[in-house]
Amino acid sequence: MNDRAPGIDAARQAEVARRLRTRLPAEAVLFQEEDTRPYECDGLSAYRELPMVVALPANEDEVRFVLQTCNALKVQVIARGAGTGLSGGALPSGEGVLLSLAKMKRILAVDPVARVSRVQPGVRNLAISEAAQPFGLYYAPDPSSQLACTIGGNVAENAGGVHCLKYGLTVHNVLRVRGFTIDGELVEFGAEALDAPGYDLLALVTGSEGMLAVITEVTVKLLPSPEAARVILASFDDVQKAGDAVAAVIAAGIIPAGLEMMDQPATRAVEEFVQAGYDLDAKALLLCESDGTPEEVEEEIARMKDVLERAGATALRVSRNAEERHRFWAGRKAAFPAVGRISPDYYCMDGTIPRARLGEVLTFIGAMEKKYRLRCPNVFHAGDGNLHPLILFDANDPGELRRTEEFAAEVLEKCVAVGGTITGEHGVGVEKINQMCVQFTAPELERFRGVKRAFDPHGLLNPGKNIPTLHRCAEYGRMVVRGGQLPHPELPRF
Amino acid sequence: MADAPATFAETIRAAAAGGRSLRIRGGGTKDFYGQALEGEILDTRSCTGIVAYDPTELVITARGGTPLAEVEAALAGKGQMLAFEPPHFGAGATLGGVVAAGLSGPRRAAAGAVRDFVLGVRLMDGRGESLSFGGQVMKNVAGYDVSRLVAGSLGTLGVILEVSLKVLPVPIAEATLRFEMPEGRALETLNQWAGRPLPISATAYADGDLSVRVSGAAAAVREACAKLGGERIDDPETGRFWTGIREHTDPFFRGGEPLWRLSVPSVAPPLALEGQGLVEWGGSLRWLKSNAEARTIRDAATRAGGHATLFRGGDKSVGVFHPLAPAIAAIHRRLKAEFDPQQIFGRGRMYADL
Repeated sequence: MNDRAPGIDAARQAEVARRLRTRLPAEAVLFQEEDTRPYECDGLSAYRELPMVVALPANEDEVRFVLQTCNALKVQVIARGAGTGLSGGALPSGEGVLLSLAKMKRILAVDPVARVSRVQPGVRNLAISEAAQPFGLYYAPDPSSQLACTIGGNVAENAGGVHCLKYGLTVHNVLRVRGFTIDGELVEFGAEALDAPGYDLLALVTGSEGMLAVITEVTVKLLPSPEAARVILASFDDVQKAGDAVAAVIAAGIIPAGLEMMDQPATRAVEEFVQAGYDLDAKALLLCESDGTPEEVEEEIARMKDVLERAGATALRVSRNAEERHRFWAGRKAAFPAVGRISPDYYCMDGTIPRARLGEVLTFIGAMEKKYRLRCPNVFHAGDGNLHPLILFDANDPGELRRTEEFAAEVLEKCVAVGGTITGEHGVGVEKINQMCVQFTAPELERFRGVKRAFDPHGLLNPGKNIPTLHRCAEYGRMVVRGGQLPHPELPRF
Repeated sequence: MADAPATFAETIRAAAAGGRSLRIRGGGTKDFYGQALEGEILDTRSCTGIVAYDPTELVITARGGTPLAEVEAALAGKGQMLAFEPPHFGAGATLGGVVAAGLSGPRRAAAGAVRDFVLGVRLMDGRGESLSFGGQVMKNVAGYDVSRLVAGSLGTLGVILEVSLKVLPVPIAEATLRFEMPEGRALETLNQWAGRPLPISATAYADGDLSVRVSGAAAAVREACAKLGGERIDDPETGRFWTGIREHTDPFFRGGEPLWRLSVPSVAPPLALEGQGLVEWGGSLRWLKSNAEARTIRDAATRAGGHATLFRGGDKSVGVFHPLAPAIAAIHRRLKAEFDPQQIFGRGRMYADL
């Protein structure tokens, strides 16, 4: 057998697969390289590893069996939805079982009166809104990958989207999560009521990157679809002015349904790709959306226009119909693939900053472009301060890859320095694990590890993601020192 | 003030060394809530003041002992608010207490609960270590969401030194409408309305009277009033009415019977329990003044898909909070042990073994 990747223990692989096949059908337990190869990475394809075994349970009993088996053999388990994640949260391990929830994709209930939907974890984000649409309802969080990404993954990553400022993140739109801990114990977090007794474990599990429990069912809130929506496309001759305009909209007491910004290199890349009709002379474009009843939208659009004009917009266009609104949005939503066309590879960052520091951070990114000799267009969830700078590089050039990683690390550390965070919605995964050492102190990281132990004492669920070991931080050499006290001075430094 | 945390750390380490327990307390306005009050008081009010507030960021950061009234006044000065409308339950309520109690007011069903607005906390744990989780930005998925875990933990995980909350603009227009109908029809009506794009921001039903508050853009409120009908209540009276619901000063909350809080799916039919009821949050929150057996009330809440809390008064030996499933209770104990290994904080306030 030469189709096994090096590093996989063949005897252990055979043993794990044999045990899983005592309950799961043979075709639901994969270990030949040709079968496991498609699972070697998620949306962050720079990191790849062949899983030892892939398990595809079809129901809760099978999920429980996989977990109990792995727990007994002390085998790692990495849960995976559609594999669209951008931080390597579902990166497999050659020593572990990749638990794909793709077969569990049934919508179990849509209750239009209670305005909830109960779904299996492999249901696609957009499929929920499609099922709710006949009742005039929808599921609000809309990550850009909503066509493909699954609700289980959305909960694991606390996914966002372009409408978060007004409608919240996944954590605000999920009522209840059902799943299993690593020892196969059934657990329910939250309730179909608005709260549940005890600690808010639902919030803790949301965004936990598959490290606390495996999700087998999710109850989401459905909202009434807005009757009307219009979007303003505003041009600015200066990025800072556009940033100030965002602050002015908020200061005027307006919470737009969406508030997005793109810089000139980004608009030029997308215009070539989708012909959204963007103003290519503008240094920055803002998309500012209002939704609600037609009267409400008219009132709000008028107030938004007024604020944007006074903030120095050089041109303003308001979508006149649904088709034009979709066209204005098409460019923003196609930003990543458009950038993918102008560069062999790109590296997407996800820092979030206080909006007031936008100008400073963009200037910093500009300086990094010169320092590392790499281009970096910017798209930006301006309403909630979430930046997605896209570093353009060629992965076949090892020098460029290394420069890109250093560029990204500097930008993420800048986000932390201005009071922000290294990740707003994509998760830490394996990608940003070193920067966790910059954002958190050693005692804080130790409490995170404590949270993990409270759910998964042997550290079998998705190990090596999200929370770095103290050892790793010491190696990275950027441990946070607050108040002049180096944490854990007893530890060796490398 | 700057050394308040240092003093707390000393107190905590001394308590740990002496095997004593501490009761974290701000204004003491929620002393009535929860199980036993055990341990020496650790008064958070020396740790006070707004640390940062820029209205264009929609975030306020304040120390745990800051009076809630001070925070609300600062926000009102800029046309903003805490959208979850926290109850004060007396003069002197602090922001840390609001977060620790995890209680939200009339706007909860529309806007979200305390935990939905918590962006970050600085927490002093049972080792006397100052730890920062979350941050001051809207979106943050770095590490586990410990800051939301702290919301509603009743001071059992640590001292809230500082908290950052998302804030929202005060709606431009607001109106309250009143309707007369029996409870069953009120629940059906509320659920129907909630499925339509109407700017309903609060509801309260008691004794045949349904009150509905609508908030938002002037046009939205005008339209909603026309669509909903009912009798429009004068504005000054409206403010007093919703404050009474939030603060439990409304006549419904008078009297000596035990007050139960039942959290159920909004579509649960009337629960047919002995006593008097008041329904909030579009049907999701049912207050009940009743001398019925705790088990009867808890069973009814469980059957409806929710849970029941003995909110005020009554015999606390029946357990103030709804019992947890064994697997969930075990996770609670292990989390508690990680943050407060010597069980210093709020011993028995939530559950006997936490």
